[in-house]
Amino acid sequence: MKKLLDDPDNAVEDSLSGFAAAHAGEVEVHGLGGSGPHFVTRSGGPVTGKVGLVSGGGSGHEPLHAGFVGDGMLDAAVPGAVFTSPTPDQIVPAIQAADAGAGVLAIVKNYTGDILNFETAVELAEAEDVEVATVVVNDDVAVEDSLYTAGRRGVAGTVAVEKIAGAAAVRGDDLAGVKAVAERVIANVRSMGVALAACTVPHVGRPSFDLGDDEIEVGIGIHGEPGRHRMPMASATEITKLLVDPVVQDLQLGQGDRVLLFVNGMGGTPQSELYVVYGRARTLLEERGVTVARSLVGNYVTSLEMQGASVTVLRLDDELEQLWDAPVKTPALHW
Amino acid sequence: MTLDAAWARRWVAEAQTAVAAAKDDLTELDRQIGDGDHGVNMDRGLRAVTAKLEQTPPDVGDPETVGSVLKLVATTLMSTVGGAAGPLYGTAFLRASKVTARPELDAPGVVALLEAALEGIAARGHATGGEKTMVDAWQPAVDAAEALSGADATAVLRAAAEAADAGATATIPLVATKGRASYLGERSAGHEDPGARSTALLLRAAVTAAEAG
Repeated sequence: MKKLLDDPDNAVEDSLSGFAAAHAGEVEVHGLGGSGPHFVTRSGGPVTGKVGLVSGGGSGHEPLHAGFVGDGMLDAAVPGAVFTSPTPDQIVPAIQAADAGAGVLAIVKNYTGDILNFETAVELAEAEDVEVATVVVNDDVAVEDSLYTAGRRGVAGTVAVEKIAGAAAVRGDDLAGVKAVAERVIANVRSMGVALAACTVPHVGRPSFDLGDDEIEVGIGIHGEPGRHRMPMASATEITKLLVDPVVQDLQLGQGDRVLLFVNGMGGTPQSELYVVYGRARTLLEERGVTVARSLVGNYVTSLEMQGASVTVLRLDDELEQLWDAPVKTPALHW
Repeated sequence: MTLDAAWARRWVAEAQTAVAAAKDDLTELDRQIGDGDHGVNMDRGLRAVTAKLEQTPPDVGDPETVGSVLKLVATTLMSTVGGAAGPLYGTAFLRASKVTARPELDAPGVVALLEAALEGIAARGHATGGEKTMVDAWQPAVDAAEALSGADATAVLRAAAEAADAGATATIPLVATKGRASYLGERSAGHEDPGARSTALLLRAAVTAAEAG
């Protein structure tokens, strides 16, 4: 394992400390140097009268979630250990810090650990008289949403949920309104990912799954867990089709639909290859009469240094499009 | 063989030693069907509990009960383990602490402890038996304990630990329908559930602690 680390046990702390220094004035990182539980808030505190937005999850997915703290997106983010959900003692103060009197929306990715820790934290925060609503992002079509699984995972679609719900909060929607917008995004966003090589969790020191040189893992999540099946390496066109087809099918996209197309890198794949995938994916959508109205390409929801990519499609309407276009100023997303 | 607060403290120490020794094995199990961090997370949590107990001497304040030790275990695991295991074990020990607020446990007390722990895990995880989760170790442990409730407390604990061990082994052929392993579908069969294995280790540690008393 070769990583730019001093001590694998301090990987999260050292990274947060650099993040805090690089984005001083935009974000504030709490709990550095063992001073308490880690969480990140926007500088200057929450905006009075605005619904607060909090998200969180394991570290290793940067820039998710801390990179999306700022104007127009999150008010607080809670980073756990690498690929491990944050704990309630971190989530509760983050929820409290995000509350400006209008309540707080917790945006949770559908992973068992995240759900259990957020559930516990929300109970505790409510006991402290903070009004909290929760939405669960579950955009990953690789997992069958059935009684036989923990349900679809929350992956790259989370960026769209955080951006659009963030804009709704800035617009002045109340907690129920912001929650409804977030749920509309969740209902209309789907993703599918592929890994070309596994990643290595710093304190574990070995790749999280074994993948042959000529193999790819289709239907991966973002925590280094294996996917649904593996197959021989193929061309970018073939792989992109494997990602786009199930998404299109699930959303039942066709003639006249307008979408946001988001090609996300898993951390170890160059931007140039992400654009190859984007180009192929766009063609596949356009062949079906789907209009790609908005685009995002880059490493936003990563899995450490995993090689691979995911394709996320969000079906747009006028309101979602306006909210997507609304100004945002965060370390990782700004326009 | 008295199951008192000193036993509960020894239990934590034995559990920490056992999990530290099995850290790599647990992580390897989790690597097969999860995200490969159960060993390191449990090790981090139990080291934190041990440190916390050392800072909390038993002779301070009211006489220590089994429940007060278990409550400290619960809150510390909840805030240090993360993942699914943190809130699950945290809730288990929290519920267990509520039924053990006594200086000493008899056999029905052990049964009550185990029942409360299982109830907490099942409620927090929305899980039942046969889904390839830690419930598959806790459920047989509770069943075995209930069947032996006429025996002495350590014998009940021993029966529970043996049943948990067998229960963990019996998760190997199961297809997971809860938790992260469920994403693998049929591919989850053939691997032991890491949470069920760590449950068996924890209950075995409780027996070792009782025998050392």
